[in-house]
Amino acid sequence: MASAFMQGVGATTALSSANYKNSCFASPRSLPERRGSFFVIRSDGSLASGLNPTNSRRGALSTNAVATKQDNVTASTASKPGHELLLFEALREGLEEEMDRDPRVCVMGEDVGHYGGSYKVTKGLATKYGDLRVLDTPIAENSFTGMAIGAGMTGLRPIVEGMNMGFLLLAFNQISNNCGMLHYTSGGQFKIPVVIRGPGGVGRQLGAEHSQRLESYFQSIPGIQMVACSTPYNAKGLMKAAIRSDNPVILFEHVLLYNLKERIPDEEYVLNLEEAEMIRPGEHVTILTYSRMRYHVMQAAKTLVNKGYDPEVIDIRSLKPFDLYTIGNSVKKTHRVLIVEECMRTGGIGASLTASINENFHDYLDAPIVCLSSQDVPTPYAGVLEEWTVVQPAQIVAAVEQLCQ
Amino acid sequence: MAQLTQRAATFQRTLSAAVSSTRCLSTASTSPISVETSLPFTGHKIDPPSRSVETTPQELLSFFRDMALMRRMEIAADSLYKAKLIRGFCHLYDGQEAVAVGMEAAITKKDCIITAYRDHCIFLGRGGTLLESFAELMGRKDGCSKGKGGSMHFYKKEGGFYGGHGIVGAQVPLGCGLAFAQKYSKDENVTFAMYGDGAANQGQLFEALNMAALWDLPAILICENNHYGMGTAEWRAAKSPAYYKRGDYVPGLKVDGMDALAVKQACKFAKEHALKNGPIILEMDTYRYHGHSMSDPGSTYRTRDEISGVRQERDPIERIRKLILSHDLATEKELKDTEKEVRKEVDEAIAQAKESPLPDPSELFTNVYVKGLGVEAFGADRKELRAVLP
Repeated sequence: MASAFMQGVGATTALSSANYKNSCFASPRSLPERRGSFFVIRSDGSLASGLNPTNSRRGALSTNAVATKQDNVTASTASKPGHELLLFEALREGLEEEMDRDPRVCVMGEDVGHYGGSYKVTKGLATKYGDLRVLDTPIAENSFTGMAIGAGMTGLRPIVEGMNMGFLLLAFNQISNNCGMLHYTSGGQFKIPVVIRGPGGVGRQLGAEHSQRLESYFQSIPGIQMVACSTPYNAKGLMKAAIRSDNPVILFEHVLLYNLKERIPDEEYVLNLEEAEMIRPGEHVTILTYSRMRYHVMQAAKTLVNKGYDPEVIDIRSLKPFDLYTIGNSVKKTHRVLIVEECMRTGGIGASLTASINENFHDYLDAPIVCLSSQDVPTPYAGVLEEWTVVQPAQIVAAVEQLCQ
Repeated sequence: MAQLTQRAATFQRTLSAAVSSTRCLSTASTSPISVETSLPFTGHKIDPPSRSVETTPQELLSFFRDMALMRRMEIAADSLYKAKLIRGFCHLYDGQEAVAVGMEAAITKKDCIITAYRDHCIFLGRGGTLLESFAELMGRKDGCSKGKGGSMHFYKKEGGFYGGHGIVGAQVPLGCGLAFAQKYSKDENVTFAMYGDGAANQGQLFEALNMAALWDLPAILICENNHYGMGTAEWRAAKSPAYYKRGDYVPGLKVDGMDALAVKQACKFAKEHALKNGPIILEMDTYRYHGHSMSDPGSTYRTRDEISGVRQERDPIERIRKLILSHDLATEKELKDTEKEVRKEVDEAIAQAKESPLPDPSELFTNVYVKGLGVEAFGADRKELRAVLP
């Protein structure tokens, strides 16, 4: 087993998540040993041994977002070098670095080329790399996703951009049958290193069809990985990891998070696709969240801290497979779990997560798992109604208070 | 050029004389013969190629052998299915062998072929072995997809065969993706994306065609029109059954798909066209003797007379046999011997495939993810862990 070395630069938080490797195997219901050297290498700045330098920062620095502000952030960011950018620029930076590094990486999607991407993620790339490498496709999701998968079978590494995740429902057949299953049904002969990415989630009154959360639909497809980014730091890292992965990866972005600003390192870093991020260690309750709900949770966390609670907040990031190591250790510590997600209640990511935590960590739970998800309704246009389909910080506070009684 | 072929032919002849007295396949001459296809080509927005095809005795004899092999394999698969050694869906290609064989004659292994689920013979044409086919059909470890794919998922990466797809029409955008990659890497190869008359009504086909034409991708779309989309005749499913014209702005060619030489000519022509001008549609007018799959008797929507009529008049193997006999390239007995040989080969392969072991239970979890970035193969809750990829 590879060793874990920690350099806690700027790590104002406790090192609880580093010890999980040693602590969890003492229990009789320990999870199977993780082999492979990538998972646990945490070095800050210096390159790790192994193929991919995976730097995972402590959570303190990642919440310099518009929605919430942490007091300790300004102190630590002032002392660090790096550059500030918005989330869509971070995605673009990651994409550009990977396209420079490997000539087989190409992008296809609607308006990604000359227009620069509807959310400016691919701005300027077509002039730099040419029209074939940053391909403007017609509005034909099913077939251009199929095209990307076919190109992936020959060795290219295409990135498919869905202008909105909801449009990828048209490509469901290709994603499910060809993308996810080809590696298996061909007995390992073909690999499909595609990345399918796009913005999803509830925006500002975009209407029902443009506010969809497809994580729940894709989660049972075997053979794919799903990740959700939430900060510029993890957006760039996950984008790079997804491109380098030989598995098909679906990268879920959120429409409202594209303008988040954060300072990220100048050095190259690639995050681990299967790892969760500890945002705020705590003792009383584990709050699991991802994507935009992270910010609602952090906002609620401020209120909770003022009320005397100490929530542990984890951004699960990896939606398939779940990082049950981080989650498990957290559960073992706090014994209470609250899941806050933007996915629909029925069959959503929260539902699967509830089931897995119940099955694996039942003995450690002092209370039933509470899952706050969006309502099972099409997202209405009216602002007030739209607000109430999604989980709000007040509801999170109330849920924690009830959970911790 | 003619001198070379003559010299090669004499060399081979002397060699054969030393080995055996009977004329066999490898020693057939390579002197060119010109044959006229039985039907002319019909073009849509393109000038069709000429009806006279250049071939050699060696090629004709190899056509005969390959088609006989494919035919025998499919018939054997039929009996294996009835013996319940092959389960699930089994779509047989007998009657359509000329398309597979003619196409192979016109292209190289660097060109890509992708097709739907009627893929056994195309797999053979691309370099697949009988053992791999039968083992895969019977779900054994030695199958081309390790027994995990089945009849509809034959693949051969080294042979440029990209499958083997179950969902009707989904392989066409994939084929355009293969052509895109070929254009991207600038290798002068083409992709043959095959589909049937049933799949010709899928929307994704037209989407893919639009993109292929827009970017001049070297994609050749082959519509194997066997006139029945499972149980529905083409005139009941398509307003315009002239599939070669369906491309509208994309040129098309209608080919007699039961004539291997016509298929070869058309594919050669199409390859040249695709490399210069972009996509082209080839409609192969062919016929399948079996039903859509082994679960379909094949006689509820068409008469037995129709099937036997086609078998008598248009059978591809008989056509090549007549050609060989009329040009005196082999005797009747030699051809029968070839068929016997082929039968023996197939029987041996079946016996060997039956010996092949069933896959290990741990194989359930392999190949779900590719090795790399430390992914372990189990579901989101990590409960059902059986195998860990290193």
